[in-house]
Amino acid sequence: MQPKIVTLYVNGHTHQVALAPNVTLLQALRDLGYTDVKNGCEKGDCGACAVLLNGQPVNSCLVLAWQAERAEIVTDAGLGTIDHPHPLQEAFADAGAVQCGYCTPGFIIAAKALLDRVPHPTEDQIREALSGNLCRCTGYGQIVEAVQMAAEKISRNQVFPKNLVSEVDSPPRGVP
Amino acid sequence: MTVQVKPLPPVELPELRVVGKPLRRVDALGKAVGATLYAGDFTMPHMLHAKVLRSTLPSARIRRLDASQARALPGVVCVLTAADLPDAKLTTDMPGQTGQKQRAGSDAPVLAVDRVRFVGEPLALVAAETLELAERALELIHAEYEPLPGVFDPLEALKPGAPVIYEPDNAVARWKIRKGDVEAGMRAADLIVENTFRMPFVEHAYLEPEAGVAWIDDQGVINIRVCTQVVEHFRSIARAVGVPQNKIRIQGTLLGGGFGGKEDVTVEIFLALLAKYTRRPVRLAYTREESFAGHAKRHPFIITHRTGVKRNGRITAAEIEMVADSGAYPYLSPYVLLYATIMASGPYRIDNLRVDSVVAATNQTFTSAFRGFGGPQACIAYEQQMDEIARALGLDPLEVRRINYLRTGDPNGTGQVMKGAVWLEETATRALAGLGEKTPDHGPLKVGRGLASYFQSYGRITWFHDTSRAWVGLEMDGTAVVRCGAPDLGGGQINSLCQIASEVLGVPLKDVTIYSTDSAVTPLAGTSTATRQLYMSGSAVYQAASAVRQVLLERASKHFEEKPEDLDLADGQVFVKRDPQDSLPLKDLVARCAAEGLPLANLAQFQAPFTDGIDPQTGQGDVFPDFTFGAQAVEVAVDVETGEVTVLKSVACHDVGRAINPAAVVGQIQGGSTQGMGYALMEEFVLQDGLIQTPSLSEYLIPTAVDWPPTQAIILESGSGVGPFGAKGVGEPALTPAAAALANAVADAIGVRIPDLPLTPEKVLEAAERGRLEIGD
Repeated sequence: MQPKIVTLYVNGHTHQVALAPNVTLLQALRDLGYTDVKNGCEKGDCGACAVLLNGQPVNSCLVLAWQAERAEIVTDAGLGTIDHPHPLQEAFADAGAVQCGYCTPGFIIAAKALLDRVPHPTEDQIREALSGNLCRCTGYGQIVEAVQMAAEKISRNQVFPKNLVSEVDSPPRGVP
Repeated sequence: MTVQVKPLPPVELPELRVVGKPLRRVDALGKAVGATLYAGDFTMPHMLHAKVLRSTLPSARIRRLDASQARALPGVVCVLTAADLPDAKLTTDMPGQTGQKQRAGSDAPVLAVDRVRFVGEPLALVAAETLELAERALELIHAEYEPLPGVFDPLEALKPGAPVIYEPDNAVARWKIRKGDVEAGMRAADLIVENTFRMPFVEHAYLEPEAGVAWIDDQGVINIRVCTQVVEHFRSIARAVGVPQNKIRIQGTLLGGGFGGKEDVTVEIFLALLAKYTRRPVRLAYTREESFAGHAKRHPFIITHRTGVKRNGRITAAEIEMVADSGAYPYLSPYVLLYATIMASGPYRIDNLRVDSVVAATNQTFTSAFRGFGGPQACIAYEQQMDEIARALGLDPLEVRRINYLRTGDPNGTGQVMKGAVWLEETATRALAGLGEKTPDHGPLKVGRGLASYFQSYGRITWFHDTSRAWVGLEMDGTAVVRCGAPDLGGGQINSLCQIASEVLGVPLKDVTIYSTDSAVTPLAGTSTATRQLYMSGSAVYQAASAVRQVLLERASKHFEEKPEDLDLADGQVFVKRDPQDSLPLKDLVARCAAEGLPLANLAQFQAPFTDGIDPQTGQGDVFPDFTFGAQAVEVAVDVETGEVTVLKSVACHDVGRAINPAAVVGQIQGGSTQGMGYALMEEFVLQDGLIQTPSLSEYLIPTAVDWPPTQAIILESGSGVGPFGAKGVGEPALTPAAAALANAVADAIGVRIPDLPLTPEKVLEAAERGRLEIGD
């Protein structure tokens, strides 16, 4: 099959790109410059490429870009920035949940999806929600603490809308 | 039974302002918001995409390697085989060293010449306009093999008549320790306990597969942006590519994990060659499967202990034999074996000791560095042996350890005298006490507890003459810059350097910027391996920052009309100690220094203590700058009907000397413990006749968030380390005792020792049934 022009809504930006049918959402996003979506295995084992697709966490390596046409896609970088981090991102940094950081964007996406659904999760619920994401550095303890910290913070001051997207207007870079 | 916690001797640690605080790491937020760029995230204009063709047979002669069709494919720019680079070899020096003598046969060809020795051995490189074209080109390279007999077991490899993987024989390295009179020690024993323990190949499974980009700049320098633990590989890359050493630049990125797996060269030489031949930027990123096949594994070991003991548990003599598997090429095997040999007898005083070790080549994935570097394998054997001794004597496992523990002033196996604090009993009793009340058995769930003590070196072998360099300077606005070549694996290496500079200069941590891991702009700091960066580069940063501090205080002395020692720096201010209100902003002081031409930057070199090598006949001599000591205790429930092991509690206690960032230390301990427990329970890189059976994270399982609770970390600070502020190292030590403690807990639960890791449900069930038969249950 020939490539077709696909419209992707990512972190509030609209992209129209020509994509072959076998291009994964992971590849399409990374080619668009969303390098916070990490490639760890390309077969759904590690969760490093997790994004929100219409609010649901998915491994973007297991979704074809064509399937994501016109869906709302949110990546970790779409949740906050260094100057305006999302409470989850801040909690991960403060709790020591970030070591090498390669798995972190995927974990934050999984945690975001959980907190959207369950604002006050138990530790077991957190662990279950994160069980599709692999981390080789932390042993998960500080990651679970970070999600607990963020849940408290978010419920204390409901400042963040459900899907805060970055205020940057232009796409990050490298739009074909 | 309640554990009597051994009181700590009094320690006076000065109160510090930045060091010792669990501050947010300088690299944390950028990573959390996805702003950090890793090696695989970079692209270049006009960039080519590279792929590597790898062997599918473990042992074969290459009859023909025909790349003509691949070369003819439009869009393929370059195909390289060994025919194009007959002399390209990867020389495994101890990385970062400046001319250690080579062991014969330790070179690996960059691309296989005439023969392949393991599945995954590189045969050809392709660079093409797109990744798809590069992949298609691989399919168009025709390799014709003549299979050769292979050898897949180190014991088989050492037998006469075994296929020789490279000349002269399969014994890659041997070490020995001869100390005291083992025969007399055995005669003096009341009991001799003998056991053999086995450990599998283990995969690092860092989340970031190897990746990089290379290009040639306007000076003709080949720039390589790559995730590596060793900037100094530019030297071996230059040798392999055939360019002067000053024509390779390594721009290291923050690593997405390494654990030793990015200690050897990975993609660098391939990238440099393709950039050199195409004169275009080239990107190469491994898939997960290629990462698994293409990089080193942890050494499998077979370790036999024969220990003579008195009835009270005192060891009178020990004989230890170690056989390790190097896979198809030596890489760092001789040194991993040396570490294992030195650690073989554990943190125990054994005056009559014989250790013989050998590492053998096989037609399997090569093995090299992995967190602990042979130390964990040694620990898995000596700590299971200690429990077996306790069981044979009917003594408490802690008691048997206590009577044999090294103490300050005692010599270890190589005769190196322990100079600093040796808090073995202190850590062991705290780890055990941390488990609290024992969980009762429940139906088929049998609860057991295990303890493991350990010692593990930090810093490199002292006859390597290890050095590190760092540059520290102040800007006109009172902010600080650190330049240091240390790669950050994710363990917080660069953050610790920033906290040290912040402490010494009184510049808030947020106002310290660090540039790291770039052979062009950061002073060479040596490898991020061997738990050495805090010790080595931390000391270099401390030296450089202290020199700048001295300049500041001397100039401030004139301003305040006070002695420099009566002044201090903190929070961006210089002030009089007895009257902190009498202060001056640091930037004003900096301006005065600058106006007078005073040096506001310093480049320091830290040198580890140097010693002669060990005596090759006896293995006696000093080997390491210092050691970290600690213990881990684990409680498990074993389901004797299914063989499933559930970790109920885990407590690790380490004397880290001084915690520069306690949150980061907890992260090291919990992360290392989880890796070690995975090693004990689930992880095995399986090869069958040289073919990889666990090619990806679907088959090679690592611990997830739901597998067990986090290890409780108890941090002790003796202040006796040789690093900055009395720090020791904890990166590797964090892993070392975990697997042994878990194995001891399982044995305690079912009453049967399973000598082979990992403790899969199949093995546990079989052993539990054997145990029931033995005790007539």
